[in-house]
Amino acid sequence: MQMPDPNAMIIARKAHLVARLQQVLPEDAVIHSDNEVRAYECDALTAYKCPPLAAVLPANTAEVAAVLRICHEEGVPVVPRGSGTSLSGGALPTADAVILGVAKLSDVLETDYDNRFIRVQTGRTNLSVTGAVEQDGFFYAPDPSSQLACAIAGNIAMNSGGAHCLKYGVTTNNLLGVTMVTMEGEVIEVGGAHLDAAGYDLLGVICGSEGQLGVVTEATLRIIAQPEGARPIMLAFDSNEVAGACVSDIIRAGVLPVAIEFMDRPCIQACERFAKAGYPECEALLIVEVEGSDAEIDEQLSKITAIAATHNPVEMRESKSEAESKAIWAGRKAAFGAMGQINDYMCLDGTIPVSELPLVLRRMREMSAQFGLDVANVFHAGDGNMHPLILFDANKPGDLEICEAFGAEILKLCVEVGGCLTGEHGVGIEKRDLMHVQFNRVDLEMQLRVKDVFDPGWLLNPAKVFPLDVTEGRRIIRQTAA
Amino acid sequence: MTDLTGTVLTPETEDELAKVVRSAHDNRTALQIRGGGTRDFGNEVRTDAVLQTGGLSGITLYDPGALTLVARAGTPLADIEAALAAEGQMLPFEPMDHRGILGTTGTPTIGGAVAVNASGPRRLKAGACRDSLIGVRFVTGEGEIIKNGGRVMKNVTGYDLVKLLAGSYGTLGVLTEVSFKVLPRPQATATLVWQGLSDVDAVAILAAAMRSPYDVSGAAHDPADGGRTYVRIEGLDQSVSYRAQALARDLASHGAAEIIADAAQITAIWAGLRDAEPLRAEQGDIWRVSVKPSDGPAVVAAAGAEAAFYDWQGGLVWLRMPQGAALRERIDGIAGHATLIRGTGQRVFQPMPMPIARLSQGLRARFDPRDILNSGKMI
Repeated sequence: MQMPDPNAMIIARKAHLVARLQQVLPEDAVIHSDNEVRAYECDALTAYKCPPLAAVLPANTAEVAAVLRICHEEGVPVVPRGSGTSLSGGALPTADAVILGVAKLSDVLETDYDNRFIRVQTGRTNLSVTGAVEQDGFFYAPDPSSQLACAIAGNIAMNSGGAHCLKYGVTTNNLLGVTMVTMEGEVIEVGGAHLDAAGYDLLGVICGSEGQLGVVTEATLRIIAQPEGARPIMLAFDSNEVAGACVSDIIRAGVLPVAIEFMDRPCIQACERFAKAGYPECEALLIVEVEGSDAEIDEQLSKITAIAATHNPVEMRESKSEAESKAIWAGRKAAFGAMGQINDYMCLDGTIPVSELPLVLRRMREMSAQFGLDVANVFHAGDGNMHPLILFDANKPGDLEICEAFGAEILKLCVEVGGCLTGEHGVGIEKRDLMHVQFNRVDLEMQLRVKDVFDPGWLLNPAKVFPLDVTEGRRIIRQTAA
Repeated sequence: MTDLTGTVLTPETEDELAKVVRSAHDNRTALQIRGGGTRDFGNEVRTDAVLQTGGLSGITLYDPGALTLVARAGTPLADIEAALAAEGQMLPFEPMDHRGILGTTGTPTIGGAVAVNASGPRRLKAGACRDSLIGVRFVTGEGEIIKNGGRVMKNVTGYDLVKLLAGSYGTLGVLTEVSFKVLPRPQATATLVWQGLSDVDAVAILAAAMRSPYDVSGAAHDPADGGRTYVRIEGLDQSVSYRAQALARDLASHGAAEIIADAAQITAIWAGLRDAEPLRAEQGDIWRVSVKPSDGPAVVAAAGAEAAFYDWQGGLVWLRMPQGAALRERIDGIAGHATLIRGTGQRVFQPMPMPIARLSQGLRARFDPRDILNSGKMI
């Protein structure tokens, strides 16, 4: 993965820039020594690292605006950072860029149960948003796996999803308004506590723009009343194809579970060794969770059981208690940790139409043999968002490259069958060079023009999302100006 | 170059449509874009020629097992709803039919519903049209064909122009194809009705219903005839009767509710609310105001309307005002926005604060540099 050469003229002016930033921020909020900036050299895509020029940690919207104004005047690129949990390199710096971290922006500003929203500063973690309202019977629905650590700012930047999106939607469906600072340092308010904002849906395009249109400092989020209860059923099958068909049948039958999770054999075995969840011997496992009162859960689970029975399951295990629910989820929740114990792995994130599941799993197995690397699958089957984990050895020269080539082939397959490169992790740098597979030049050009409106100088997170050759002209204008 | 002035253009394919727009761009011909012509509101459009999208019709893909449907923009909405109903599914956002209050005739198209982001009572639970829309194809003011999003419900690949196009009233591009996430049609439905509540009490009961765990899918109040307050529940058979009773019990302190279980009666109630039937009258301006739900009664109190009712728990206020009344001045200070759906003499869309207006103009200049698509409509 290539990153653009840093601008030497900017690096040469580091002392001047740091001095200016120190004028608008407390001393400990400007990090600039070679040792300390290393803490910001990468996010959760750890294969790529580069220490930034400096990192700043503003504590409110006014400080964010002051920082951006200075960087804009100085022509210095800015890479916004939530908690640094991006799996796609969204917060990877370049050597000539300032990291703008929102970690200090963690307050709850307002909760309103009658109107069902919470307004928070965006450095707050996803799980602690729910934490602020759960004692009153509410929750914030998007639940990415990293929810303990990931920040709302990053969730908005990547339009994050999670296991429960089938029923509740992703971040963009649960975001009512934002306070955003543009690269020029202007503070804008988009949307609010009312349901539909006036005019063009700027909120819709800001969400998922990977920190390239502005820095979101505050967000108004939809909160939802907790269901009375939730229980899963585990369904085991002796083939991936049959499990895929069962998913489709459940959806067609009019039951809308909150989550349908899918694991294939390599993943089941790893989870079993790691978490000892007591999963049966099988090729494919589904965990289907439904919500409601006890009677409603029983009604839905009996429908699901009837559908699954027509697919000759190896086993059906319906949870009857909190403890049984926990046991069923234990393996799934440990999946990534379990895979990490066996090997280094790369986690992909393509989405496919659910109906193409059997074909895609079959082709993936063929590719696995061809590339000589194992692949395990654990994913949100209800919405077609796959997470193939390709296992490789980081210490073996050449293995990462083979793994990346294999990953690229899988993502191309996702697009070929009608899906997309990324369902919830974002493009970042990881999928940047594959954007040509999904979009032609004109499609991409239209997206670049949106960035031109918000950030004409192309200073915000400029080397992400789009292939470098496509953005070169725009980024070069910036460099010359600096 | 062909001079298109005074013509009605009826392309039948996306390529033809793109060619027509390119030609209009070259000639600076201002195009009025028309789907079914049933949602004919917005500021007056500078019109040299009319571009009709009805020729681009037909469902191109329907995958019930994946809850997705793709259709050309000119497809009649009724065709889409019928195809979905045949598989026991539906559009989640319950798009309103504007013909009643606007007095228009014609056939509503799916592209028209997207262009105005038409969203009915279920918006509270299932989101607006823009939330169900997962992909678009459109033609820019320069005649370029653009695709964005796709046919899968989880997709964060590149910027989300899908949302931007929803509710852009044809001013950012001419939609040629739209994709949706659809939902299973509920097996059963029930509606709770309270009579005689004041607006403030009604909105309080709606808020309480939405705070309950019973998955309410509609919350409205019509003050006419002493006041009727409606709460809708949808789902599996046993669930619905359980939830309706539990809700009536939990909210009994606010007043006794009647539970309606007759499907035809329920459909009629919510279709009427969806289509703003309580306001239906020959005369008067019709406004749609979007605010924080608890602010709804304050809007009605300040507006001095001839008639009014509430949807979305109070957050969507429909008003019929005396002709030419300056509603925005009367409700100034309540956060939100007002749209003039029928009437003249007032700006149709809420004026925007400077930075937002500048960004919006910037986008329009990139999508339609010569200002030929529905020019003037959203100003």
